[in-house]
Amino acid sequence: MSSEQLEKLSGLLGGTAKVAYNERSNLIRIEVERGELRNVAVQLRDYGFDHCSSVTVVDYPKEDLMEVVWHLSSYSRSEVSRYTIGLVTSVSRSKPEVASLTDVWESALFLERETHEMFGVNFVGHPDLRPLLLPEELMGTWPLRKDYQLKKKREDVFKKGGASL
Amino acid sequence: MTQEIKTIPFTYEALSQLKMSEGVLELQIGPAHAGSGHMRIVAWVEGDTVVKVDPDIGFVHRGVEKLSEDRIYIKAIPMVERPSLVDTVNANLGYVMALERLLGIEPPPRAQYIRVITAEISRIMSHLYGIAIYGIFMGSSTVFMWAMADREPFIDLLQELTGARITYSHIIPGGVRWDLPKDFAENAEIALKYLENRTKDYEKVWINNPVVVARSMGVGKLSAEGAIRLGVVGPNLRASGVKYDIRKEEPYAAYEEFDFEVPTFKEGDSYSRLLQRVEEIKQSIHIIRQALKRLPDGKIIYEDYYKRMSPLMKKIYDEKGRVKFTLMLTSLSPPKGEAVSRVEGGRGEMFYYLVSDGGKAPYRFRVVTPSFRNLPFFTHVMPGHKLADIPVIYGSIDYFPPEADR
Repeated sequence: MSSEQLEKLSGLLGGTAKVAYNERSNLIRIEVERGELRNVAVQLRDYGFDHCSSVTVVDYPKEDLMEVVWHLSSYSRSEVSRYTIGLVTSVSRSKPEVASLTDVWESALFLERETHEMFGVNFVGHPDLRPLLLPEELMGTWPLRKDYQLKKKREDVFKKGGASL
Repeated sequence: MTQEIKTIPFTYEALSQLKMSEGVLELQIGPAHAGSGHMRIVAWVEGDTVVKVDPDIGFVHRGVEKLSEDRIYIKAIPMVERPSLVDTVNANLGYVMALERLLGIEPPPRAQYIRVITAEISRIMSHLYGIAIYGIFMGSSTVFMWAMADREPFIDLLQELTGARITYSHIIPGGVRWDLPKDFAENAEIALKYLENRTKDYEKVWINNPVVVARSMGVGKLSAEGAIRLGVVGPNLRASGVKYDIRKEEPYAAYEEFDFEVPTFKEGDSYSRLLQRVEEIKQSIHIIRQALKRLPDGKIIYEDYYKRMSPLMKKIYDEKGRVKFTLMLTSLSPPKGEAVSRVEGGRGEMFYYLVSDGGKAPYRFRVVTPSFRNLPFFTHVMPGHKLADIPVIYGSIDYFPPEADR
């Protein structure tokens, strides 16, 4: 994406959104405050980014924050269809709460539901946050968070066998 | 002593008295493989009409994302392949592309061409599998047997190249592991000719079959607007009339250099999803022929990686056209950053997101598979149809539970 287009896009989203472009991945990273999230999401949808291809979280226990990422792209507007948007907002690990964007992108329904059970992020306004992939008894363990102890067990196993990670 | 046995007469009047008071029955299809795959479809039916469907998935969830964050980068390659077992090359390619974008390397042209050839063979196999499953769901074991058997020539092709039948792990950061065998082009042409002739048989027996047309035409309709809104992917999206193919929109590997069409259909019903797959097989055959004809010479691994090989490894590479796993590949540690890659797999867009903190294992690895994105077909398309239409719609979307669960 040319720098002109980028400037135009960031102007459209208002001053608070931080826009960065990763050329190798055709990825436009847009960081927004939690309060601005919905406005920016609606702007992006109206711009032509009509569906959500992934919702996920990057967990940073040391900084006590989780980055919630919605990846978006466009079926209907061909000049931007090669780009992926990474819409990022940060929430604290102790109270991970963020607005659900399922009413902006219906395609995020199952993706947000999966992210909820894996990370414990509470998507406020999501119609259906039942467990999807995990059995019910694992609900609340948030297995994809970084402090879920999988590595330790594995290292123990490997120490006995003498192999390394 | 004779005991009096009370029986309910098997008549319509007697059965209708057993009906639940609200008139709606909850029906569990699965999770044992009763034509549902390894998943459960909970359907609420009123009489014969489905009023609501709730897909209950996760029975074959492996935790690919978590496991990958615990291993060195190349050890994730077999793991991303396993969920989409009938389309392993595309899954492999997508992950390696994200990793290469993190590393900032670009494979040489010959490796790119070999990637395209294997990816297209994989697409053909995936589509044939989809047609086979569609066949058995509509009660035709002939088509199931035919399509499954017609994958064999292509499995043999890749077996000759890689030594494995399904799980190849052929694509590695910087290139591919093995060069094409000498007689690959000839054997590929035989397989492609065979399949071309077979498609005529399919048309006679299956595609133009009045039973197929009657059971699937107009069933499971999804409009273009609906497909965009629900974010469905791949052949199912294109069968609804949205012309979107990652190979054209964001060309990767060497796809920019080939001439091919993106077939679409307007109807968006189960029948057009079947036709869509047949048309895409024809395009794949066209791409493989072009790639084999124009296959460039040169290395199959990133030039810098070749230079850093030990003399013994170089000798093996020069003599056998084969890249061994050296310390350089097992100790990859990309710089801090993030990368996204999308590939057009057989079933649709495969999405990969990698975050590196500079260590030897991915800090965060995210994969979204096409079957997972096609889940709205259950919740939004199936309701309103007859119960007997559920297998037809399910078969037509080429849903694969292990791939959706990851």
